[in-house]
Amino acid sequence: MKVEEFISCFDEFDLLNKGRNMDEDVTEPYCCDLLSIAMGRMPQGAAWVTVMANVNALAVASLADAACIILAEGSSLDEFTIEKAREKGITVLGTKLKVFDAALLIYNRLNA
Amino acid sequence: MSEKIVLNYDVDSDDFTRAGEASSKVKRKLKLMGVDPDVVRRVAISLYEGEINMVIHADGGTIQVIIFPDKIEMTLRDRGPGIEDIELAMRAGYTTAPDNIRSLGFGAGMGLPNMKRYADDLKIESKVGIGTTVKMRVDIP
Repeated sequence: MKVEEFISCFDEFDLLNKGRNMDEDVTEPYCCDLLSIAMGRMPQGAAWVTVMANVNALAVASLADAACIILAEGSSLDEFTIEKAREKGITVLGTKLKVFDAALLIYNRLNA
Repeated sequence: MSEKIVLNYDVDSDDFTRAGEASSKVKRKLKLMGVDPDVVRRVAISLYEGEINMVIHADGGTIQVIIFPDKIEMTLRDRGPGIEDIELAMRAGYTTAPDNIRSLGFGAGMGLPNMKRYADDLKIESKVGIGTTVKMRVDIP
């Protein structure tokens, strides 16, 4: 599934920033909040579900080639961080769902 | 590409909002040059870990990246506190990062292990009170 389709197929997710990678493939959900572990282990094209809503998480997503970030448990970006996401063209979504529930939803949709 | 390309960057101290800029620039450059995506990813990850370490532990430093036709060499120099026991520092999970760093999502003790994992070669020279130099090489297949 392409990022373009991914961002529009979940009622539970809000689009916080539409990145510049709509043609990329979303491969699988990935969950982790510790950035060094996330960066080392995240599969390419991951839909990365995390609660870390800061610029470092944006950097990790970008460097590790995540397809998008899904901020779970209601975490949200402040103005500064959302501006950074725009600048770097990173796709970010937000949800009130718990990390596991969000990842499960993504898993089921990608494997439907 | 027959000649080498040399890139130099300064890493500021304590600026987590800018940490990753050198890695991002190198990543973009390599991508534009058409370098294998897996190589690009490994360079980006190992360099970012190094950059973050310089910000957390060493008040910044300098990064030099040299792109050869068959490899990428990265040298990170700082004048920070130095590493007392490199073997211990290399152990996954070992960390000396303070609490405020952990709250940012770092400090899991995975920085050096990640660098070792993603680079084809990693050398650390460090003197307590003087600073640390990290050299990494990623081969281009």
